Amino acid sequence: MSDLAQIWVYLAREPLAALTVTLVAWLIALRVADAARWHPVANPTLISVVLLSLLLLGGGIAYRDYFSGAQFVHFLLGPATVALAVPLYRQWQDVRRSAVAVVASVVGGGALAAASGIAIAWAMGATPQVIATLAPRSVTTPVAMGIAERLGGLPSLTAVVVISSGILGAAVGPLVLDLARVRDWRARGLAMGTAAHGVGTARALRVNETAGAFAGLAMALNALATALFLPLIWRLVVGLSR
Amino acid sequence: MIAGLTTLLACQLAGELLARAFGLPVPGPVVGMVLLFAALMLRRRPVPAGLNTTADGLLANLGLLFVPAGVGVVLYLPLLAREGPAIALAVVGGTLLTIAATGRLAQALLRRFG
Repeated sequence: MSDLAQIWVYLAREPLAALTVTLVAWLIALRVADAARWHPVANPTLISVVLLSLLLLGGGIAYRDYFSGAQFVHFLLGPATVALAVPLYRQWQDVRRSAVAVVASVVGGGALAAASGIAIAWAMGATPQVIATLAPRSVTTPVAMGIAERLGGLPSLTAVVVISSGILGAAVGPLVLDLARVRDWRARGLAMGTAAHGVGTARALRVNETAGAFAGLAMALNALATALFLPLIWRLVVGLSR
Repeated sequence: MIAGLTTLLACQLAGELLARAFGLPVPGPVVGMVLLFAALMLRRRPVPAGLNTTADGLLANLGLLFVPAGVGVVLYLPLLAREGPAIALAVVGGTLLTIAATGRLAQALLRRFG
């Protein structure tokens, strides 16, 4: 029995277990997505998060213990963000030709993303802290956490809200774009990257390289524009309403 | 592959340093992406094979990299139970509206301006 306890102590302390279950969950999720013929709703990020959350809740494992191992996967988000420059460079001829449309639609879409989240949460009677948490929802996780902190939100809840938005956008976005009859791959990529940051970009990259490059670009532009303008506008609106 | 990864990490590191030194509102990796893009443009040649492979490998599994932070949802189950409807509606309504509007706007502008 003490042997088992020692094994448990070892597993909880070393990153090996958390890292392995994360990768196993991802492989299972890829299998499921493949079986569903890559239907957007069978989103592998969503499936992995559900599987691992159930494991943590069922096994009484603290999130902090899980994350201390899984952070090695989390760390790769940085280099992966840098890597988005590669498809952008490969597609540059296409992107340059549509610079006006790209900048205008991303800035407009980013403003709508923030405004609609704030308006809906406010109308539903959410606390100011939750509204501030929701405002930078469509921006890539690290930027959104920084913005939420400046607005007085909860940065760690922001990460969850951002990833939920990303998953939702990746899972349902393609169907919405079909309904809205948006067929241009560039426009589809811009919409996915603006509203659903990296998770939407991951989906776009899987479907079409052009859509992926435009999604990555939209994600970066939206992060930049929202980080610059949202705190300014927020201060203005909060100041006026007092 | 290691050469590609080194390039990515070096750009991220330079990005982090620049972001901190100048108090930029965007995080290091986004600055690193701009730096790598600028470097590729200045080089004016196809992407080096190693960088190509590493970037494609990472981006093919981009969805995996959000999983550890996403599992953080378990920490917020009580708060989500309390403020769940507002959060859910803001996430669902806001995201779907943004996707539809951005897609339509982008498609219209692309038709107009190429």
